[in-house]
Amino acid sequence: MGALGKNILLLAGGAALLMAAPAFITSKFYIDVLTLIFFTAYLGQSWNILGGYAGQFSFGGVMFFGTGAYASSVLLTSFGIPPVMGIFVAIFAGAVLGFIVGFMSFRSGLKGSYFALITLAFAELLRVLANSVEFTGGGVGLFLTYAPGLSNLQFSTPTGFYYFALLLMFISIAIALWLERSRFGAQLVAIRENEDAAEALGIDTLRCKIYAIMIMGAMGGAAGTFYAQKYLYLDPPIAYSIHLSVEMLLVTIVGGMGTVFGPLIGAFVLHIVNEVARHFIDTPGLSLIVYGFILILIISYLPNGLIGMFRRRMKQSEATALDKITSDKGGRDA
Amino acid sequence: MDVPASLCKTISFMLSLSLTMLPAAIINGLMYGAIYALVALGLTLIYGVLHIINFAHGAMLMLSLYAAFFLFQLANIDPYLSIAIVTPAAFVFGYFIYRYGIGVLSKGKDQNILLITLGLSIIIENSALFFFSGDQQTVSLSYSFEAFDLGFMYLSYPKVISFCAALVMCALLWAVMSLTDMGRAIRAVAKERQGARLVGINVEHIFAVTFGIGIACLGAAGCMMLPIFYVDPYTGNIFVLVAFTIVVLGGMGSIIGALLGGFIIGITESVGGLLLGESLGQIGISLIFILILIFKPTGLFGSKV
Repeated sequence: MGALGKNILLLAGGAALLMAAPAFITSKFYIDVLTLIFFTAYLGQSWNILGGYAGQFSFGGVMFFGTGAYASSVLLTSFGIPPVMGIFVAIFAGAVLGFIVGFMSFRSGLKGSYFALITLAFAELLRVLANSVEFTGGGVGLFLTYAPGLSNLQFSTPTGFYYFALLLMFISIAIALWLERSRFGAQLVAIRENEDAAEALGIDTLRCKIYAIMIMGAMGGAAGTFYAQKYLYLDPPIAYSIHLSVEMLLVTIVGGMGTVFGPLIGAFVLHIVNEVARHFIDTPGLSLIVYGFILILIISYLPNGLIGMFRRRMKQSEATALDKITSDKGGRDA
Repeated sequence: MDVPASLCKTISFMLSLSLTMLPAAIINGLMYGAIYALVALGLTLIYGVLHIINFAHGAMLMLSLYAAFFLFQLANIDPYLSIAIVTPAAFVFGYFIYRYGIGVLSKGKDQNILLITLGLSIIIENSALFFFSGDQQTVSLSYSFEAFDLGFMYLSYPKVISFCAALVMCALLWAVMSLTDMGRAIRAVAKERQGARLVGINVEHIFAVTFGIGIACLGAAGCMMLPIFYVDPYTGNIFVLVAFTIVVLGGMGSIIGALLGGFIIGITESVGGLLLGESLGQIGISLIFILILIFKPTGLFGSKV
């Protein structure tokens, strides 16, 4: 059995474990924590596609989430369109917003810090707009009614939302796996490594970056619907909160940018840190202080995240034991 | 025919109301603009010399607001007098946090610095929340409610003092930058790092000094802002985008640009608030930011992106 077969087996095993988890985790609390982990991992993956693979850091990733959340929620409250259809409108809205932001900023050559800041400004702009217009409920917010059922994407038990979040997370992993294997993904990586060289090789960098941000937007849109249907309330500070933007990039950077499982691992680690910190001192702000330190330390000492660290360790031990057998795989992952 | 006529009347009434209040809004905007300019000066100086974007700028401004607040609360020192305490303290803070923090940890990569200063802002903001609680704090000075009568508006003493103090600080910064040896060294490093190193300038020291001066601007700005504003752990967030907008508008690294940009943004904000209402009025700043970045990323006085 080759390396690929082993990986597929591992993947299937992990997926089966997560799917079976609610059978032996009885505590609603842990189910809820896991749900949130998958949700954050999913959002992190959306950030990872543009930030990790294509190297374009955004500080306003929350804008797609908020826009998607408002899209399906307004459709539900004002027109009675069920979220099971609304989620597709949310996905579409996120992708369109991604196109607009991407087209405007990438066409004028914004990158690095400038791109990060302009996404922040877009998120801020949308927050103010959502606060000022009527149909979003303005500053009062939108209240959704609780009516469990598949058409509402609401569930009477935490387990229902667990599976919903798990499904989203699986989809995001599938997208990342596809990126790793596709020509498009390779083009994004080429842009990240050296945009001029990528351009010189004939890659339409503008188009690739816009596709990447549209995928990010579409994914963010679906996350918005999930959140709205789970928490049943939405207002501009929640929908366009800078904290969520930060969390998206944080889990990805901690886990490992540009890797399939980075966001999931990062989300696991950070949520555990969060719960532990909360267990000892339950004061607002403390876990975020810890997050801030983790972010700085990871950036400085583990630029490839936790996954990068494991890989380095593994490579060292494999290299000594098996010498050259893994060299083809190692070349690919490096 | 009835409805449009009444609508016209309402609109023209509101317009005339706005027009009479317009000069007042502009003057108010100028007052805030001078302080914004000071905040942006720090940011643009750091960018011009170190070529980094200090995302923790807002958080550090919030810290200096708290410093001024506690000096007033605990030692009863007038915020305008505490400029003399907070500014040097902020300089030292900035110097050390760059020399032994950001500079060491970033390993010289642009995107690292952006993320590290983001981490720093998260730490500062939430430490403030942890230690000072989320309550909004304001100070009330003996002369808080005294005002100049300009005929068409009242202008409170604190606003005028803050305005003048901010202008003085800007002039002082300009003098330091253009008349002293340190200023010359800073400009040399900004222009040509390697060349500066070759003639014997300690570049790492200059970087840290520049960062310190940038943060010192915030120290002064915080003291001036406290009497006319409030402070809570999230105050910094409000000003991060404002400061970046000013810097981008004026041109990254341009001191004149930061000054002019500060006034433009101050006026935009207050006139926007007047015409569009409190909530929608905030839109002007992010809109200007986006438009400038897209159509003229070099800003008014900038030379390169």
